[in-house]
Amino acid sequence: MTEPGLMRIVGLIVARELRLAVRHWDQVVQPLIFFVVVTTLFPLAISPSLNELRNIAPGVVWVAAMLASLLALESLFRPDVEDGTIEQWALSGQPLSLLLLAKTVTHWLLAGLPLVIMAPIVGTALGMPMSVWPVLAGSLALGTGCLSILGGIGAALTVAVRRGSVLLALLVLPLEMPVLIFGARAVDLAMHGEAVAGPLNLLAAMLLLCLALGPFAMSAAMRISLE
Amino acid sequence: MTQPSGAALEVRRLHLWRGDRHLLRDVSFALQPGELLQVMGQNGVGKTSLLRCVAGLIEPESGEIDWHGAPVRKEREAFHRQLAYLGHVNALKPDLSALENLHYSVRLRRDVERHEMLEMLARLQVSQCADLPARALSAGQKRRVAIARVILSGASLWILDEPITNLDRGGIECVEACMATHLRAGGSILTAAHQSLLTQHARVRVLELQ
Repeated sequence: MTEPGLMRIVGLIVARELRLAVRHWDQVVQPLIFFVVVTTLFPLAISPSLNELRNIAPGVVWVAAMLASLLALESLFRPDVEDGTIEQWALSGQPLSLLLLAKTVTHWLLAGLPLVIMAPIVGTALGMPMSVWPVLAGSLALGTGCLSILGGIGAALTVAVRRGSVLLALLVLPLEMPVLIFGARAVDLAMHGEAVAGPLNLLAAMLLLCLALGPFAMSAAMRISLE
Repeated sequence: MTQPSGAALEVRRLHLWRGDRHLLRDVSFALQPGELLQVMGQNGVGKTSLLRCVAGLIEPESGEIDWHGAPVRKEREAFHRQLAYLGHVNALKPDLSALENLHYSVRLRRDVERHEMLEMLARLQVSQCADLPARALSAGQKRRVAIARVILSGASLWILDEPITNLDRGGIECVEACMATHLRAGGSILTAAHQSLLTQHARVRVLELQ
């Protein structure tokens, strides 16, 4: 009996997630629509003047992206825990941390990457100059990666709690604050034409830390939730 | 101390607490290759907890579980590669077809060809469901697909929690035939069921939980 290699396993999980996403794409696009709707509320509530909006634009885009990624977390593990799929993964003889990481990365492709692509358009609507686009997209790409993994740990911990979504938000949002601080700061610096390497490097370091340690935390949390 | 008993699975002095209830009190048993052990007892006596404990989903408070003489705790992944578990839920995705469900779960363990999966579905008399989304299957058909997954996994120890719920007469005969084949090939089965299974088979024992 040939054992499938780890790369094959990752490919299998990614293919499965993508196929499931195609089957219920209407749920997949919800966080993206939420992101666009929330950012359009600010001009309505504050002022349609671009000069005023420009000052708050980095913060608005970043907070909205953070809330949208939080919204997407609910569907990360819950359906698969409820129908017993993750129980089977835990007993498959394959490292659960790797399986959950593959699932989280695919989840980021479906929920985080669309935010990264949409953010420059939303930013422009809030008066951001085009010169900020690369920094905005880059900081969000690094940041939403961190948010997906930190959120994955929280989702694995709260998945056994009925209606645990508020608890999940309370648990995960404080952990995500450093990401928000450095992400919004990078965009703000770029808008004033200053060097952005500092906050971006810190975001990249946070992403590496999350990628290296997050999967083990996720798998440990998941094993507790499965009991 | 471990004596060479030849048992595939050996459970010694298992104690499990759930909340403040002492659910499993000093449960011990051994399961030989080619043997079926049926766990019986009233509802709530801890059959499912015992099965989940042996599978490694729940940590027991005390007690030892050995697989071919080696403690499971130390070589969890090697043990899990030899184990197929069927719980109360079928682990089928409603949006995927029966065949896709089998593909994505069995391939985590071994390479499996499409014709092999189709043959297994035919053996369990659900080949007409192969390309239907699992959402459209009846409860009994879902159970049969889940059992097909257990057989295809190629594991030597099956842990089956109420495997024949929702199955009709024909389905039960079908599953019993598959179990008998597995036992003849030297596999072992640990199951919880209310009805007696494989009553004509010689190597069936019953563990009564109090």
